[in-house]
Amino acid sequence: MRGPDIQWYVILSAILFSVGALGVMLRRSPLIILLSVEIMLNSANLLLIAFSRLHGREDGQIFAISVMAVAASEVVVGLGMIVAMGRRNVELDVDKLRTLRG
Amino acid sequence: MANFLVWVVWLGAAFGCLVSALAVVSFRNPFYSALALIGNLASLAVLFLLLSGEFVAAGQVLVYGGAVMVMFLFVIAYLGDKSEESPWSGGPSWLIVGAVLAGGAILAEVIVVVSLKAGNFLSSPQPVTRSFGSPAALGRLFLTDHLLAFEVTSIVLLVAAVGGVVLGSHARQGEDPTEVHART
Repeated sequence: MRGPDIQWYVILSAILFSVGALGVMLRRSPLIILLSVEIMLNSANLLLIAFSRLHGREDGQIFAISVMAVAASEVVVGLGMIVAMGRRNVELDVDKLRTLRG
Repeated sequence: MANFLVWVVWLGAAFGCLVSALAVVSFRNPFYSALALIGNLASLAVLFLLLSGEFVAAGQVLVYGGAVMVMFLFVIAYLGDKSEESPWSGGPSWLIVGAVLAGGAILAEVIVVVSLKAGNFLSSPQPVTRSFGSPAALGRLFLTDHLLAFEVTSIVLLVAAVGGVVLGSHARQGEDPTEVHART
């Protein structure tokens, strides 16, 4: 295999995951939190595909495609909730959202 | 020479990944964050190509860079300008310090484990044929070994679509919150 070894992909994926985790933990806006969750899911995808290449089997890529479908579903539901919040004029700030009751 | 070129492409894509991820987390305006995420997804697609995952790279660009990001940008534009005065989370400062420590701990753990244990193992990938990661190979796997995952994925997508419709229609009724309670 030409280019960098798998360990560089692992390290890159770890950095991406912690950047995404920091975004989830440190930001207020639910929109940015959703975007950061996407970064975390994508770092997991990178790792799955890297190990799929390491072992020479495509099962990891199958898993990555399933993760993409789950991520798309998560975005649909999350954005639906954010739009519902926006229509009720709830302030978009996860620090101030304390109840689920409409 | 070819090896050197692959390294250059890899370094460019990795740099783009990291910079755009940091931009997503730190921009004030969610619209710019979403645009930065498109850059992140595109450079990840380049990395997938280097790992000979052609079909996944194409799916990444189509599904993520296309469908999901269009939905994100549409919702952000619909909600209007939500730039924040104080984008970072509130609470005591030890909470923020704890969050940074937790993020750094994940990073340090993975790097230490990789460098201590698995160095040799990770630098000897199995040889693969030319059809590795092609749509034909993945489709065959999906319909034989991983048929259950395929079917479950379709159910998950269906449930998510129904959930999106339900959430959207409730919000439309609920422009006056008291009216919702009267009606339901």
